[in-house]
Amino acid sequence: MLGLTRGLTLADARARIPALAAVEAEPEADEALLVRLAAFCDRFTPLVALDPPYGLMLDITGCAHLFGGEAALQAAIGGWMRKGGLDFRTTIAGTPEAAHALSRFGGGGIMPVGADEAMLRPLPVAALELRAETVVALSRAGLKTLADLADRPSATLSARFGAELVTRLGRVLGREDARITPLRPPPACVVERHFAEPMLDIESLEAVVARLVAEAARVLELRGEGGRSFEISFFRSDGAVRRLSVGTGRPSRDAAAILRLWRERVDTLADPLDPGFGFDAVRLAVPVCEPLNTHQPSLDGRAVEDEAVADLVDRLVARFGRDRVLRFVAQDTHHPVRAAKALSAALPASTLAWPAPEPDEPPARPLQLFEPPQPVEAIAEVPDGPPIRFRWRRITHDVARAEGPERIAPEWWRDGSSEPMRDYYRVEDAQGRRFWLFRIGFYEPEQAPPRWFLHGLFA
Amino acid sequence: MGTRSDSLALNDLRRQLAEAALRSVPAAVGQVSFGAPGLDAALGGGLARAALHEVYAPATADLVAATGFAVGLAMRAAGMRPILWARQDVVDAETGRLHPPGLTELGLDPGRVLLVRARDAAGVLRAGSEAARCPALGAVLIEPWGEPRCLDLTASRRLSLAAEGSGATTLLLRAAVSPPPSAARTRWLVSALPSRALEANAPGDPAFSIRLLRHRSGVAEGEWRVEWSRDRQSFQEYAVRDHGVGAAGGQDDRRKVGPDAAPLSRTLVPFPADRPAAAGGEEPGIRRAG
Repeated sequence: MLGLTRGLTLADARARIPALAAVEAEPEADEALLVRLAAFCDRFTPLVALDPPYGLMLDITGCAHLFGGEAALQAAIGGWMRKGGLDFRTTIAGTPEAAHALSRFGGGGIMPVGADEAMLRPLPVAALELRAETVVALSRAGLKTLADLADRPSATLSARFGAELVTRLGRVLGREDARITPLRPPPACVVERHFAEPMLDIESLEAVVARLVAEAARVLELRGEGGRSFEISFFRSDGAVRRLSVGTGRPSRDAAAILRLWRERVDTLADPLDPGFGFDAVRLAVPVCEPLNTHQPSLDGRAVEDEAVADLVDRLVARFGRDRVLRFVAQDTHHPVRAAKALSAALPASTLAWPAPEPDEPPARPLQLFEPPQPVEAIAEVPDGPPIRFRWRRITHDVARAEGPERIAPEWWRDGSSEPMRDYYRVEDAQGRRFWLFRIGFYEPEQAPPRWFLHGLFA
Repeated sequence: MGTRSDSLALNDLRRQLAEAALRSVPAAVGQVSFGAPGLDAALGGGLARAALHEVYAPATADLVAATGFAVGLAMRAAGMRPILWARQDVVDAETGRLHPPGLTELGLDPGRVLLVRARDAAGVLRAGSEAARCPALGAVLIEPWGEPRCLDLTASRRLSLAAEGSGATTLLLRAAVSPPPSAARTRWLVSALPSRALEANAPGDPAFSIRLLRHRSGVAEGEWRVEWSRDRQSFQEYAVRDHGVGAAGGQDDRRKVGPDAAPLSRTLVPFPADRPAAAGGEEPGIRRAG
């Protein structure tokens, strides 16, 4: 209407409308807004996909009746968008592509079931969103609307304009249905509550969560499954969505245990759940389910103990986080630092055995290890011998007993060949404190003396 | 033939039942013995299993010795059950992080240890008391740093009650603090002790000087010198000959050195005469390879 189109230069546009306000484009901010809107739309259906650069695709199959029909749902979404100050257009159609084409190139609205094609036929061929050359070729051939294409045999179209045209046409006209790829994978089990009035009271919210958990547990029990993680989303009336999730080491449908984990999780939140003007809806989703059969506890009670430990791990993980509840896993290497790894206890245990210590020998490896090793000043009596005195943390230790060297070569396949050799010594000072020291390099004439490090402490 | 396999099956069943009975005994009953007869006798059999015990190190430098002592105690208490270790991050920075091969060297399978790393003492206590309530754990090691406010009489009472309820032996490990009042059953002060030297004056098995500071059942204060034997999974009495601290080097070394060869602490004969030569002989080749 104003003669402005996409792709126009700013100077051109200003020439047409001198009072034009220009704002820098921020594609990242647009995308962030779109993702936030997608999270918000989660309350209408679990299947929400982005339709970039400025569209959202909601699969409302089987959802509309929950909001009082398609028209009511459309009105509800429209109401929210208006409240958010957004310029928008909503279309409900049989297939995603049809809805997209009608939104962008038609008037929007709700397509009556089975009438998609009739509504789509008047749209321009641009609605197929093909490559520019194809669009030009189509218009040169005098094919201007979808109706012109719809009645032609697809073999001819495909031969002249490429197979893509036929595929797109089929999809847009609703002859072929393709599923959307939702932003968040649809959970295996969902239970939710919508409130008539925004809920402000945290305690009643907890009661709602408890009911949802119990409900989900019942659903899972009927299916003979257990959840490995439980995600609770709180939809705030201003559109913000807060999600909290708890995980379990094994599949579970024990409502009390899940609720306990959830409380642990809420307790540790740095910023507590803020109801703001209230929550409209709460959803409990179980993204991952695994078969869980009821079993008779074994006679010896070992399984019960294992389960109790797994429950404890779940609670600690919920409170401290996955990376703070650890289990040691042996690694297949001779390098002292890499010999063990601490992995999250929430992961399944490994089976690699720990190297057995030499019987009848004192401990050869320290109980505590410094990483990186701490530099010390040391004096050795003979080159390549153990130190007779060393200074660590401003305290001088006189070595009373020593054993070594134990030469540990670097792993050239990981460290490269420039990494020097280390000679390790077990030493004990006059007070009986035991240390693990090493020397890098050797004493050589006319060269700087080798450096000494403290790597660990023995009990 | 039939009777033989029957009796085997019966034996197997008997063994299983015995094991089951062993496990079904409430762990709250019983004591953890040190395995050193003199020490156990003085304590009336050992330490209460379902209780909180405190292990203090007089200085930060002795913390690793106290840790070794606590690991030994936890191992004897836990049997085959898992051990939970709650540790504050600062401890890692001060004394190094826990090295699993070092646990293996003390006889503890690191796979049985669950490590919880907490940022502050409150977190350590929280994890510790959560764990102390779990009857499936064999032992709980709680290692906060410094003198946090939250570690008061109430906290120790809570830990103590949790341990009594579950039967998980709970050990509180601290260094360089003056012990505050607490509800713990016993309190120990553990410092490093020169080990009994092996051949060529090599450091021997971990040795500790342990002092009983407090015992709620009224056992008198006392001081013992013990060492940890990985192969027997037990503590052993150290040289009983002398109570002077300076007397390092045992006369009764059981395996390595004859009585006349026992080196004193500062004899500066680190190796047999041939050893440096042998090492020197090998060196050039190795050096080139490095």
